[in-house]
Amino acid sequence: MPFPPPAVDDMLAALADRFGSLETSVFRGQTRVVAPETRSFELLEFLAGRGFDLLVDVSCVDYLDYREPPMGMRGGKGRRYGLVYLLASTATNQRLTVRVFVDDPAPTVPSVVPLWEAANWLEREVWDLFGIRFAGHPDLRRLVMPDEFAAHPLRKDYPLQGRGERHNFPVITRHES
Amino acid sequence: MAVTDSGQVQLPENVVVSRLDALANWCRKNSLWPMPFATACCGIELMATGASKHDLARFGAEVFRFSPRQCDLMIVAGRVVMKMLPVLQRIWLQMHEPKWCISMGACASTGGVFDTYAVVQGIDRFIPVDMYVPGCPPRPEQLIQAIIDLQDKIQREGTITGREFDTAGRQARKRALVEIADPLSVDAARNPVVQRELAARAESYAGRS
Repeated sequence: MPFPPPAVDDMLAALADRFGSLETSVFRGQTRVVAPETRSFELLEFLAGRGFDLLVDVSCVDYLDYREPPMGMRGGKGRRYGLVYLLASTATNQRLTVRVFVDDPAPTVPSVVPLWEAANWLEREVWDLFGIRFAGHPDLRRLVMPDEFAAHPLRKDYPLQGRGERHNFPVITRHES
Repeated sequence: MAVTDSGQVQLPENVVVSRLDALANWCRKNSLWPMPFATACCGIELMATGASKHDLARFGAEVFRFSPRQCDLMIVAGRVVMKMLPVLQRIWLQMHEPKWCISMGACASTGGVFDTYAVVQGIDRFIPVDMYVPGCPPRPEQLIQAIIDLQDKIQREGTITGREFDTAGRQARKRALVEIADPLSVDAARNPVVQRELAARAESYAGRS
């Protein structure tokens, strides 16, 4: 990689001061940190206050039927969903990935819309496709699927071809049109 | 014009005898106004078809309009997802008779490679289609061939009075023009077009408040 992002060691040290030892890992120069489920908002708020002013993405992975904890992350053991927060600092160019693991039933995390406005639609998309609830979100409606859609289609136990929703429309014949 | 002694009618060379039905169809087929319902890469080929190199004007179909009220040929170019299908149906219903539909490309016709929960597996499941164009995406020549074939079909099937276009849907729309002024009448309550229009208006008002 020609231009590796600046190291985030200082930030990890600050996090360790505040939250105790956190599980971290590095892949191709990019650092991940696993936030405890109960303190995820506190940790993200701390990072937002320490220069991570840009929320690049909020995403999610469904680890259903994984035999091992994902990518060696012990924090995800036994938990089905792994949220991904991609943070960046426009001042220092540092980048940090925060993972939060939640589990069925009713997987819920605090919304980060108070920290980054960008989270509004990103969290709506995750709610739409994975069914993760974001507590405190101002407007948690579906983003991409139709409002009347009942399932969360990117969950691994949802069939690829759906459950017949795509065929559930009135038929307009030549005579009726 | 002259009548010979044996009773045969002789016409001058510049006179053609035809039926009025054929005349109406000839007019219709040579001034198709397409409604471009382009949702994907087929739409790019559709644009190329209308542009100078392939020049759809040679077939009298170059006047693309973006209002369904002004169109009589809907070209569905690209995949249609289940969130878009109600929009497609509404636009189709808003077009006036006579109207035709071309399903352009593999996705519009069958769903193509997108056999997933969100993609409609062929628009002909839900609206009538006159011509299918194979290809992924089809070349402009293929779309032009479909329009030529559609012109042949139009030449064969219409009448001067347009009675074949007087469908139940069209009659309902005609009645709606009268009944929309009096939405509380008994007839209006039975008319699906009026009910749909009123529901859409109510939704629109609710969204504004």
